[in-house]
Amino acid sequence: MDAPQLKAGQAGRGTADILVSLRHIFKSYRRGGQVLQVLSDISFDIARGEFLALMGPSGSGKSTLLNLIAGIDKPDAGQMLVEGTDTVLLGEAQLADWRAGHVGFIFQFYNLMPVLTAFENIELPLTLTNLTRRERREHVETALELVGLSDRMTHYPSELSGGQQQRVAIARAFITDPALIVADEPTGDLDRQSAGDILALMRSLAGDMGKTIIMVTHDRKAAESADAIMHLEKGELSEKEQLR
Amino acid sequence: MRRHERTDMNAIKLILRNALRHRLRTALTVTGLLVAVLAYGLLQTVVGAWYAGAASSSNARLVMRNAVSLAFTLPISYENRIRGVEGVSRVAHSNWFGGIYQEPKNFFPQFAVSDNYLSLYPEFILPEEQRAAYMRDRKGALIGRQLADQYGFKVGDALPLRGTIYPGTWEFVVRGIFDAGDETRVTRLMLFHWDYLNETLVRSAPNRANQVGVYVIGVENPDNTAVVSLAADGVFSNSLAETLTETEQAFQLGFVAMSNQIIAAIRIVSYVVILIIMAVMANTMAMSARERTSEYATLKALGFGPGFVALLIFGESLAICVIGGGLGLLATPPAAAVFKTVSGGIFPVFVVSGETALLQAACALAVGVLAAIVPALRASRVRVVDGLRAIA
Repeated sequence: MDAPQLKAGQAGRGTADILVSLRHIFKSYRRGGQVLQVLSDISFDIARGEFLALMGPSGSGKSTLLNLIAGIDKPDAGQMLVEGTDTVLLGEAQLADWRAGHVGFIFQFYNLMPVLTAFENIELPLTLTNLTRRERREHVETALELVGLSDRMTHYPSELSGGQQQRVAIARAFITDPALIVADEPTGDLDRQSAGDILALMRSLAGDMGKTIIMVTHDRKAAESADAIMHLEKGELSEKEQLR
Repeated sequence: MRRHERTDMNAIKLILRNALRHRLRTALTVTGLLVAVLAYGLLQTVVGAWYAGAASSSNARLVMRNAVSLAFTLPISYENRIRGVEGVSRVAHSNWFGGIYQEPKNFFPQFAVSDNYLSLYPEFILPEEQRAAYMRDRKGALIGRQLADQYGFKVGDALPLRGTIYPGTWEFVVRGIFDAGDETRVTRLMLFHWDYLNETLVRSAPNRANQVGVYVIGVENPDNTAVVSLAADGVFSNSLAETLTETEQAFQLGFVAMSNQIIAAIRIVSYVVILIIMAVMANTMAMSARERTSEYATLKALGFGPGFVALLIFGESLAICVIGGGLGLLATPPAAAVFKTVSGGIFPVFVVSGETALLQAACALAVGVLAAIVPALRASRVRVVDGLRAIA
């Protein structure tokens, strides 16, 4: 991981508590010869340990914004500091290394490897670290315990319920101890009970483990689990609605 | 354990499990590969069998025939003059007999040969007592091991042949069975005394007597075959029966050349089979990779590089090809044995060569690599955000 390190403080805008700092972010897509402006001049900060919900109608650009912050897409213009690293400056390989160490992902449809067990799915990101096999096992067992799936470690995703699969995905997201976890509609495919469990788990990740979480959701009730809500509409971001 | 070694272990685990994910699809692809590699091996062996006679022929022996055609003979009187050519060590002669054993379908080569014929073929191994018994019996015959095995001939058996080129019924007695030094040499043939043939012709068809089909010439120095050939042909230039002398291998290849187009067709078919399975394999890998686009994107999102994704696809393709190709390789020798049996002795030497086995393995690996190139490139190049949106 040879990412050029640029501390938030050096950027002139951040403070020690700021984990994500976006400045003048623009993003557009080409569709059928037309340029579609998705994000226009987005600037905001997310504090370390903050649980932020991003809401907005379909096509408002919230998933795009999440992808940019997570380093799986790049803006057309602007500066994006995540934990002191300007990810816009990173090449593809550097960005992959950076993601492995700094970002955990939670997807709507879990995106687990169907041929790997729960244990192996959670272990997967750890194989990109320098941990020994024994250390990896200890980490995974602890993570499984935290998400309440110790008795399911040998189960394949097809043998787990949606809620259980999402808990495995959450364990996979925090197993490398990233500062930032991004979640795209994490409860979108779950029933009310399972969604509640998942949101509670995410809350504890932010509250107890100090993870910074950015969650995209349509569901106001789910968003209310967060510390703050921001609305994105027609590529523009509203003021932060502080809940806690 | 270093990081890349762990990711390699992960890759192996994912490759093997992915390969077995759609068991029916994998089983069908493996079966296709097995059949293709087997068919390729058998067809290459057929080509090899075609050349078996030529391949086991010697470059140190020369064959002299009538320059006009093999259908025309040479006088026996040439023999002493050939012996006088510088560089010639031995001279023997033979006539193609072309007799029928019981039924026309029981075809095998028969040659009326001079008594010193076997001295030019040290690769044929004949027990001394059988050689002596053969020499004592005017109607004696020597049978090659492959021929003896095919018809169950034993020493002492009567062997009647119905002549076609030389009409009448010809009685022979098996006096010896000779082996060859190695299994690639053709021993599906019968030798008998030229004198028996000639003496009979002297009585029944005197104008055909004292004629020789070919002379087999041993040379003192194998490096001088070209010089000796020219010198021998020079002796008989401007005679009534001009000669054409060439190495035994060239002589045999002349026969094979008559079937060149058939052999070329067999060769082409063998490679077409491989091309077909390559297309099938490429389709299988493209389908698999397309179905897993979102998984590959997830891996990339987690920090795995495009090389890892490409490795998964190449690995899976190679794993399937190694299994299918390996089974095809293993199945080839027994299939060749069955083929040899059911082909009724058309190919006395039908052995899967090491070269054929290597070609089979190379074809299987080539299929594995080539079939994975496009899917691997596509999957490794797909943007994470696009891949995550993909629906299998």
